[in-house]
Amino acid sequence: MDWSASLHGLVGGILIGLSATWLMGSLGRIAGISGILSGLVFERPKGDSAWRLTFLLGLISGPLLVMALGGGLGNVVGEAGVDATGAVIGAPAGGVGLMIVAGLLVGLGTGIGSGCTSGHGVCGLSRLSARSLVATLTFLVMAMVTVYGVRHVVGGGA
Amino acid sequence: MKALMGYLAGLLFGLGLAISGMTDPARVLGFLDIAGAWDPTLMFVLGGAVLTTFIGYRLVWRRGAPLVGNAFRLPTRQDIDARLIAGSALFGIGWGLSGYCPGPAFASLGGLTTPLAAMLLAMLAGWFLARRLA
Repeated sequence: MDWSASLHGLVGGILIGLSATWLMGSLGRIAGISGILSGLVFERPKGDSAWRLTFLLGLISGPLLVMALGGGLGNVVGEAGVDATGAVIGAPAGGVGLMIVAGLLVGLGTGIGSGCTSGHGVCGLSRLSARSLVATLTFLVMAMVTVYGVRHVVGGGA
Repeated sequence: MKALMGYLAGLLFGLGLAISGMTDPARVLGFLDIAGAWDPTLMFVLGGAVLTTFIGYRLVWRRGAPLVGNAFRLPTRQDIDARLIAGSALFGIGWGLSGYCPGPAFASLGGLTTPLAAMLLAMLAGWFLARRLA
């Protein structure tokens, strides 16, 4: 087992938890990315948009900062320097067609289901919300079933 | 002030995603592929994040109010309805196809590729559709 990758995962997870804690302690908000982003684009609530915009700018600058530090803190699967973005931002898993289908499903699904991995997964589970537990188990299982179908049924095993 | 606090939260989140490897769809798909060479990384990410947030929330809730504003804005719904389950199921399929959930997809803008741009635009279209269905 790759303990270095797991340790990176744990450290990164703790940082995500500190982010969620900070957003709750400072602005009293849930750190749910789908809600923050879709709320900014489609509602632009007065007095409630600037922090969403700066949160999203911070979100983009995180990986860029790690890249600026040399990328050694990154945790991509591929060898360092193989893809153009270095060892911090990995390459997409498919082409434009597949990503359009996936994007529509992710947008529609998180819109209808009121949250994604951050809002339901991290913040909801931490609040011990039954709704978020059901949502998280549902999207985890469906994602695993989908990957199984793509890689081992359609793809014939890889 | 709110903008600065938001930026700090976003920066911490983005650093966490990058350091944990969640900005690499291959890592995420490796976790979701339980029948393949399973990659446990995401389990450590979610575990570390939930444990930290669980403790952190309880510490900040003791203050009674956030640093800015007069109340914590928490979701109030407790019902488990068909929309929650159907929406989460659709999201799971999209996540499994791409290895991107909304956070890592947006956080990867610094390494923008055509497929990622297509995914983000389609995600916006999906949110638009979800609002029309509401």
